[in-house]
Amino acid sequence: MRPILMKGHERPLTFLKYNREGDLLFSCAKDHTPTVWFADNGERLGTYRGHNGAVWCCDVSRDSMRLITGSADQTVKLWNVQTGAQLYSFNFDSPARAVDFSVGDKLAVISTDPFMGLPSTIQVKCIANDPSEQTGESVLTIKGPQGRINRAVWGPLNKTIISAGEDATIRIWDSETGQLLKESNKETAHQKTVTSLTKSADGSHFLTGSLDKSAKLWDIRTLALIKTYVTERPVNACAMSPILDHVVIGGGQDASHVTTTDRRAGKFEAKFFHKILQEEIGGVKGHFGPINALAFNPDGRSFSSGGEDGYVRLHHFDPDYFNIKM
Amino acid sequence: MAEVSMADIEATALRLGIDISSVDLDSIQRPPGEDFGIKSDDDEDLYQEDGFEMEAGFGNVIVVDNLPVVPPEKFEKLENVIRKIYSQIGVIRDGGLWMPVNPESQKTLGYCFIEYNTPQEAELAKEKTNGYKLDKSHIFIVNLFDDFEKYMKVPDEWTPAEIKPYVPGENLHQWLTDEKARDQFVIRAATFSEVFWNDPRQMMPELVYRRQYWTEGFVQWSPLGTYLATVHRQGAAVWGGATTFNRLMRYPHPQVKLIDFSPGEKYLVTYSSHEPNNPRDTHRVVLNIFDVRTGKVMRDFKGNVDEFTTGGSGGVSGVSWPVFRWGGGKEDKYFARIGKNMISVYETETFTLIDKKSMKVESVVDFSWSPTDPIISLFVPELGGGNQPARVSLVQIPGKEELRQKNLFSVSDCKMYWQGNGEYLAVKVDRYTKTKKSTYTGFELFRIKERDIPIEVLELENKNDKIVAFAWEPKGHRFAVIHGDGPRPDVSFYSMRSAQNTGRVSKLVTLKSKQANTLYWSPGGRFILLAGLKGFNGQLEFYNVDELETMATGEHFMATDIEWDPTGRYVATAVTSVHEMENGFHIWSFTGKLLYRIPKDHFYQFLWRPRPPSLLTPEKEEEIWKNLKKYSKKYEAEDQDVSLQLSEQDRKKRKLLQEEWDSWVEKWKRLHDEEREMRQWLRDGEASDEEEEYEAKEVEVEEVLDVKEEVVPFDLDQME
Repeated sequence: MRPILMKGHERPLTFLKYNREGDLLFSCAKDHTPTVWFADNGERLGTYRGHNGAVWCCDVSRDSMRLITGSADQTVKLWNVQTGAQLYSFNFDSPARAVDFSVGDKLAVISTDPFMGLPSTIQVKCIANDPSEQTGESVLTIKGPQGRINRAVWGPLNKTIISAGEDATIRIWDSETGQLLKESNKETAHQKTVTSLTKSADGSHFLTGSLDKSAKLWDIRTLALIKTYVTERPVNACAMSPILDHVVIGGGQDASHVTTTDRRAGKFEAKFFHKILQEEIGGVKGHFGPINALAFNPDGRSFSSGGEDGYVRLHHFDPDYFNIKM
Repeated sequence: MAEVSMADIEATALRLGIDISSVDLDSIQRPPGEDFGIKSDDDEDLYQEDGFEMEAGFGNVIVVDNLPVVPPEKFEKLENVIRKIYSQIGVIRDGGLWMPVNPESQKTLGYCFIEYNTPQEAELAKEKTNGYKLDKSHIFIVNLFDDFEKYMKVPDEWTPAEIKPYVPGENLHQWLTDEKARDQFVIRAATFSEVFWNDPRQMMPELVYRRQYWTEGFVQWSPLGTYLATVHRQGAAVWGGATTFNRLMRYPHPQVKLIDFSPGEKYLVTYSSHEPNNPRDTHRVVLNIFDVRTGKVMRDFKGNVDEFTTGGSGGVSGVSWPVFRWGGGKEDKYFARIGKNMISVYETETFTLIDKKSMKVESVVDFSWSPTDPIISLFVPELGGGNQPARVSLVQIPGKEELRQKNLFSVSDCKMYWQGNGEYLAVKVDRYTKTKKSTYTGFELFRIKERDIPIEVLELENKNDKIVAFAWEPKGHRFAVIHGDGPRPDVSFYSMRSAQNTGRVSKLVTLKSKQANTLYWSPGGRFILLAGLKGFNGQLEFYNVDELETMATGEHFMATDIEWDPTGRYVATAVTSVHEMENGFHIWSFTGKLLYRIPKDHFYQFLWRPRPPSLLTPEKEEEIWKNLKKYSKKYEAEDQDVSLQLSEQDRKKRKLLQEEWDSWVEKWKRLHDEEREMRQWLRDGEASDEEEEYEAKEVEVEEVLDVKEEVVPFDLDQME
């Protein structure tokens, strides 16, 4: 099917997130306004106004009532999904990068960038049931990794936190004590900045994409490397199909290196790989710049991609897609 | 050797707060005599050779002999003369001129010592003034001081050389006996150089040998494929062997930049250029010709860079490589270079000029050898503002007789293309139009093997077409030309002897509007790859010239290099590191089927290993072509076996992967189920993670979009 082009952002996209039911799609971009769309037809439903900087990441609660967004304006904000009202704003001393709600939505993990001599941190906040009781204290603060922490997510049962970023190492932390539990093996891990990390639907494994032109699949509990998918360009975003053994990887030449002669040169394609065989299945072209964000609809029947070109492209799969034989 | 990986070094640097990228590793030298327990596994002897002049410390001293013997009153005068001569060459050190005096007669002894600042100056002084005639009876004999020492060590009595027991060498041609008749290639990517078998049946290459930092510059096969040459700071080396790559010989030549094998791979020419000490001087050029097997220097050439630049163009662009062009076919009998108003032809028996003198050719700008015969073709441009026509001549070596000459008028430039068997020579002539404002192109075709060497003139149908590319069919009688002005040029094929027309050139076909700018004939002829590199982004068209039809088209996006394997069965297309992205290579069949793709970052070189010429006679080859079906049967069966085996292997592998994955998933599922209650608790008892718990309600909404009232005309008459 022809993809639906969603033009609502004025700057490059940074992140895409579906809610649990898969009827809403949240998009973050370097403009200051996260936007929510109907995931079926790409109609714009509304925006969340209040940030004063690029928005890097977001997460939506299980009941689709609350949205959390992390921004370069050094705040993380909680929103009412329905009304677009800002419920609370956590203030930091440096730009916020990654945000993720825990199972049960009572906790949120936030990573902040190194800034003005401050090191990067991973912080855990309590999310109150009633927004009026919300406080800004951190339950836990972890320091240690060098450089930006591009993603921080919760492990099974909120017992662990998984982080990855510029130092190319993937780490698992104890979410109670902040102790480092596991670190990815130098030999097998990524060689360059990890740009993205997504968990599988059941939370048993996760996929990381890196500028070293590969994506890797890991066991969330043991941090064992399971699969590697190699491509020809730096990976900015990756996603996993919830229903098929497919992995989709997006990226492309760095925006500053993009040639002006031929847009095929940058390889701005979303590439599908077979998750188990690690073989390339196909590609979806269309963006005029690197792909920065990818997300699968939880029903597995559509996916969306967000590019440096400021567009979100919503792709509903043709029936043929579900009959691909490897 | 101690194991120190780059990662360790980087880690250490990080700990010490050193930015590794800012460290110039070449500037670090270990203290003399200290090796930190790290033994260098190669090139020790070369280092020693280098250090030789340093240790003696007299490398910059020369001894001048055969000076006049003078009494004290003339001492000062002689000293001044010598100082004058030798200070022109380099800086003589303070007190660096010493002329010993016989204490009894108070006369000089007829020799003196001169100390320069650098060994290079001493070397140059020796070269320039050895044999200098001061007057009739005083001809200088100049030697390096160190040489005296060397010659002193030669024992007075001759002892027979120790005869080393014969050690049978490896079969250097082992690779030609591959059971599957595969070809090898070498690639250089990042710091690794790797040699592979091309295995199209397996759809992938098979590694033969791989080595990090194998070369400091580039790698190069010898023309018959026996050796792989690498270049290093200390010189060049060749590698080969039956099963792996061992170093067979080294050729010391400090700072070697370029190398070139003779066509029969008997000799290796190495080249380096050196920065002058004095800013007013030009670069110095050193060329050595080695015997490949023994490693002996057969002849060396040293001089200023302008002595080695091509005659006519006046040395703007520097030295054109190769400086020495080899002639006389695979026997490596002659080599020649072009100089100002001359061509110097040397022969390899004595490594001296033929007839002891160069061939005088006024204003010659270009020459080339016939690939098979000792014939030189040379081009002399118009002289005297057009009063003397431009000229292309064929000259027989060693007799230097002119076989054929053609005068050409209003010529702006000429390019010479020899056909691979030396049967034909095509000269592309760019001529000025009458207004002299533009040029047009024609060809002069020489039939070398026919009596009196007849010449034919060929002009394109559209005279204004620019010639983009020209190429002879290897071993054949056809040639291809890309011509045209527009963005999509035409490609034409011509034959020197078509069926109807044996004595004249005739056009076979013109293909209109092709996305091509380079021509790659299969080494066996018959097939040609029309490639659009650069501006065309790697368009490929595989064309059959026998049938005059396109077999396939393809694209290797951004391709920069194309090379046929020596048998003409496969083509490699590569994107080298001139582009940042897409680096790697593709292998195609000659029919244009993409066989496999290998991406490699920082990809520098792809070279097929050449094969020596076939031992089959042309008649035998023709016979095989005729009975190809008979021969191919066997191979087709083999192919099928392999492909069956492959798909079986593949199936097994996939099954294994699937099983492995399933066991993972099984384990995760168990863990996931075990944690169910825990998760439920975390969610305040809200059901579990199953998706069923939310129900899809179908809600129908009716909306009134618009209400419109209209008067409908009602005709009573119609009712009836």
